[in-house]
Amino acid sequence: MQDIRNQTMTDTALKAEKISVYYGSTLAVKDVFLDIPRNQIVAFIGPSGCGKSTVLRCFNRMNDLIPSARVDGNILFDGENIKRFDPVELRRRVGMVFQKPNPFPKSIYENIAFGARINGYQGDMDELVERSLKGAALWDEVKDKLKESGLGLSGGQQQRLCIARAIAIEPEVILMDEPCSALDPISTLKVEELMHDLKMQYTIVIVTHNMQQASRVSDKTAFFNAQATEAGGKMGYLVEYDETQVIFSNPREEYTRDYVSGRFG
Amino acid sequence: MTAQGIENKGASSGNFKQNLSGRYNLDRVFATAAWAATIVSVLVLVWLLFTILKDGLGTINWNFFTAFPSRKPEQAGIKPAFFGTLWLMAVVAATSFPIGVGAAIYLEEFATDNWFSRLVEINIGNLAGVPSIIYGLLGLAVFKRIMGPITGGNSVLSGGLTLSLLILPVIIVATREALRAVPNSIRLAGFALGANKWQVVWNHVLPSAMPGVLTGVILALSRAIGETAPLIAIGAVAFIRSTPSSLQSPFTAMPIQIYNWVGRPQAEFHQIAASGIIVLMVMLLLMNTIAIYFRNRFQQTR
Repeated sequence: MQDIRNQTMTDTALKAEKISVYYGSTLAVKDVFLDIPRNQIVAFIGPSGCGKSTVLRCFNRMNDLIPSARVDGNILFDGENIKRFDPVELRRRVGMVFQKPNPFPKSIYENIAFGARINGYQGDMDELVERSLKGAALWDEVKDKLKESGLGLSGGQQQRLCIARAIAIEPEVILMDEPCSALDPISTLKVEELMHDLKMQYTIVIVTHNMQQASRVSDKTAFFNAQATEAGGKMGYLVEYDETQVIFSNPREEYTRDYVSGRFG
Repeated sequence: MTAQGIENKGASSGNFKQNLSGRYNLDRVFATAAWAATIVSVLVLVWLLFTILKDGLGTINWNFFTAFPSRKPEQAGIKPAFFGTLWLMAVVAATSFPIGVGAAIYLEEFATDNWFSRLVEINIGNLAGVPSIIYGLLGLAVFKRIMGPITGGNSVLSGGLTLSLLILPVIIVATREALRAVPNSIRLAGFALGANKWQVVWNHVLPSAMPGVLTGVILALSRAIGETAPLIAIGAVAFIRSTPSSLQSPFTAMPIQIYNWVGRPQAEFHQIAASGIIVLMVMLLLMNTIAIYFRNRFQQTR
């Protein structure tokens, strides 16, 4: 683990320093050290219950919303501790896309405009909606029905609408929690292509169960695993974090090799 | 094995004894029982409607709507009761909707789970089951006696506030149910965009819950419109020769008027009581129609 911590990044967007997450008195994830480099895609992989999503939610303090959750350790965003941010401000700068597409039960236009409006957007709203939908590669499919409900779109379109909604408030980082797990392969491909384009402007952290997806889209990959605890529960920890190519071709840890080759998990 | 399996298909095969006819019989028995249960309740309603329409339809005329109560049944009318009920409903809706929905939003969206919120929760459930006459006595003590100088004693305001108290628990419980039915993913989506609690509740949760909230509120109002006991407790009288002109006016209401007529010995009064019931039922139906209209409108915009 030592060398991971000391890796020198030219530019680090997010830095996790010894993150542990508790739900009540249960330790869910232990001692995660992680640097997320700017304008790259980092994938979190690992078996169910290993804490990938939990760690992801630490980055925009979504765990604050779970009354029993407690996060120990520090996360630096642009070098500043996120505990010192107002969560509302942090979440504008660190956006999130969820596992299940969750557009608001409102028009497509309103889905995009809401985030901008509450965050005090001063510019031209029509232009922002168009730009965000184009950014999410959805504009051509919905430009004639902006007033229709976002729930009328297909699953893949809904997920791209959620991505458009996230980028409308111009975040620096986008967290994606298994964004393609509810989508068919064609929609998945579209979202993956989109991530590739978004990389130019944003830093992306994606949790995925699909190892092909991790190897296709990410620059770096973190492999998490879970170990049984004495209390009978499961505790997640970071096994290995490296360039995606290294993780998938020549990992250092035995566990990682077994997992990426499909021998367990 | 396979061939045998196909041969035996339909008959009892292997470890399974399908007994299809027995299962379908049970199915039919259950469907019949459920149908009978439905028919019983519908029949009761039809019978009620029929007897009331038979008794009351004949005496509904223009005079019935425009006249004040009278000792002579052919001259008696429901004008003060009709307008009294309208005033009451206006007061009840204006007070119980914001307070009830507000309390429900606080309990469901803002309150943290501690002993205080649990205590409030349990007591709201209890309050919903308290007999209405108790609310009448509360209204008598608080709104008529203590707050008399403000409410004007035996007034529309006192009556409306008392009925508001009566239906508040119902509104709170119904609104909380509606809020709880809003998927949590909507809230998370709002928070992830940098919305605070108020923005999430006002822009997303409440609009999504609105059809359910409105249904609950209108059902509660329907309960209030038919209440008699608490109004009698605070001293509403049936024999009144004016319609309310302000919130502090004395008043009577439809159920009180009907109760009064039913209690008289002359059969003619029983007929106009039936006419009063018809008017009250039409008012109820109108309210429910409005509720359904609003609910559908909110659902369309989702």
